[in-house]
Amino acid sequence: MKKRTFLAGVAATALATAAFAGSHGDGPVKVGFVYVGPIGDGGWTYEHHQGLLAVEEAFGDKVETVYQENVPEGADAERAMTQMALQGADLIFTTSFGYMDPTINVASKFPNVKFEHATGYKRSDNVSTYSARFYEGRAVQGHIAGKMTKTNKIGYIASFPIPEVIRGINSAYIHAKKVNPDVEFSIVWAYTWFDPAKEADAAKALIENGADVILQHTDSTAPQAAAQTAGNVVTFGQASDMGEYAPFPRVSSIIDNWGPYYVQRVQAVMDGTWASVDTWDGIGPGMVGIGEISDAVPADVKAEAEALRDSLASGEYHAFTGPINKQDGSAWLAAGETADDGTLAGMNFYVEGITADIPN
Amino acid sequence: MITLEKRPTPSKLWSYLTPIVAVIATMIAGGIMFGFLGNDPVAAIRTIFWDPIFGEFAFYYRGQLLVKAGPLILIAIGLSMGFRAGIWNIGAEGQYIMGAIFAAAVGLAFYPMEARWLIFPLMVVAGAVGGILWAMIPGILKTKFNTNEILVSLLLVYVAESILASVSLSLLRNPDGAGFPGSRNLRQYESSANNELIAGWGMHWGVVAAFIAVIFAYILLSRHIMGFNIRLTGESPRAARFAGVNPDRLVLFCLGLSGALAGLAGMFEVTGPAAQISIDFNVGYGFTAIIVAFLGRLHPIGILLAGMLMALTYIGGEAAQASLGLPAAAIQAFQGMLLFFLLAFDVLTNFRVRFGREVTA
Repeated sequence: MKKRTFLAGVAATALATAAFAGSHGDGPVKVGFVYVGPIGDGGWTYEHHQGLLAVEEAFGDKVETVYQENVPEGADAERAMTQMALQGADLIFTTSFGYMDPTINVASKFPNVKFEHATGYKRSDNVSTYSARFYEGRAVQGHIAGKMTKTNKIGYIASFPIPEVIRGINSAYIHAKKVNPDVEFSIVWAYTWFDPAKEADAAKALIENGADVILQHTDSTAPQAAAQTAGNVVTFGQASDMGEYAPFPRVSSIIDNWGPYYVQRVQAVMDGTWASVDTWDGIGPGMVGIGEISDAVPADVKAEAEALRDSLASGEYHAFTGPINKQDGSAWLAAGETADDGTLAGMNFYVEGITADIPN
Repeated sequence: MITLEKRPTPSKLWSYLTPIVAVIATMIAGGIMFGFLGNDPVAAIRTIFWDPIFGEFAFYYRGQLLVKAGPLILIAIGLSMGFRAGIWNIGAEGQYIMGAIFAAAVGLAFYPMEARWLIFPLMVVAGAVGGILWAMIPGILKTKFNTNEILVSLLLVYVAESILASVSLSLLRNPDGAGFPGSRNLRQYESSANNELIAGWGMHWGVVAAFIAVIFAYILLSRHIMGFNIRLTGESPRAARFAGVNPDRLVLFCLGLSGALAGLAGMFEVTGPAAQISIDFNVGYGFTAIIVAFLGRLHPIGILLAGMLMALTYIGGEAAQASLGLPAAAIQAFQGMLLFFLLAFDVLTNFRVRFGREVTA
């Protein structure tokens, strides 16, 4: 079998180069965004689109933005990216983990176009990766959750058993346990990032089992609505502030704030200083935001949570600070030791105390 | 006064004309919708229907049309056989998934051995077998217990999706993937790669299989006794029974054939364009193929054209999203209109429109 060469290379490269050269001469920098969900999902994709708007706001007519929503992962994603590259995009943000291989494939055919892939781990000369340390936000959530629960049962709606999600569960658990040693986590795997019906079912099941705090790693507001119906269940906004459910059930939130990063990367392309990097930012640089802690939370808990947030932001405190054992009881971090990024990036184990098993 | 008068036999002319009329009506109604959304209707329609074939980047899009149309045609051909005989396999999406899983499992079992002459054909067979086995569940339940194949095949899609999620996370997960879900990249594994046969043309083995399926379906329907039995059962089940058609065998044959083709489509997709088993591997080809089968009048050549047209609305629709900023929902509404107008104009196949005063007897 012949190696897949793109249109014998020539035509495409010529075109791509022409488009590249053209847009850098005088025209605006063209920035493309590939979204996995609809921009109105109120969560993940919504926040990426806010990032696009921030880019437009910052650069005005010096940029031209295009986006495509609801792009399935796989062959369709490759086409969406290729299309943007052919139409002269200089920089393309691909905003879902599943776009990893497609991004690498398309990037190899358009060496002059820069790509930025969210939450992945494969890079090349023209592919950067970026993600946020959501687990820092989970620590703050865990603290509030541990304080707020009366039944000591916390429900967690998880999406897929990947390191990103497991990290969040661990971080929330550690900090809930710290303030409430009796706390128990029930984890439901929804196997989706966005499916209001499934998320609502999961939330109802958890509430029926006695959970009075629901944490979610899925993107819809369905769990918030389910909690509102139940009346006495605390929730947290995910990916987006979900402020329409404040002050109760939503008492706080983790907000993905991509705007500053997007603006900075577009600026780098304009300045010609763009280079392939791996960015993993947390509360400090502002990539992870903690949404307003509502008055439904007692003032002392609120103050503690804010202090925790600030110490995470300043780097004074790391969300994974020893002593922490793994679920099987083996030692992971010694007292005072903090987790290294490599272990965190590939985290595939629960910490001690969580009774569930990671599905596989 | 307009009245509808039932035709004694369905009009042949209208059965060919309705798809064309439906497409034209969709363009007009869709244009009006795009207009209301603040876009130039003519530019939008041109972006969707003209640019992918003749526009500036047609050299890329033409190949992508084949990539998109291939699985649609392959699945729709299989479905059309059953639909003609009144056997409703709605679960092609599940058979597509199972075909892909079987094929990937076989391919990955051999990894990293390099023996394309052996592994690739084995994977093709495994894909077909996976689809057949999954289709045999509603088939056998129907023939033995008279269950409804529509329900069983549809619900099995959700079972297949769960199996897909499970194997992406465990059995077929890439051991070098840092714990992330999804299998190894099958397109980067020489023995399983279903690459384009000519670079940039979009033509991969799945597209070739789709064309072969069209030809075989045509011959089967027009020349073979099984094709005759299928058509006869669809037109008159009673007459078919008198003619000695075994209904159980026909059910199993039709479900098996559609399952096999759907499984093959999954196999060619997972080794080619999709490149890996992942939780979101399936993107609805099995369901869209149902529309393609009906848009193509359950006729092999019609399905070939309908598959291309459907692919065009996808590719063109995406282009319109990216270049004109049309929302994805508008494109979906546009595709929905196509089916709506097709069904609406189908009235003309079975009814004659009479203008003027109603004559009372």
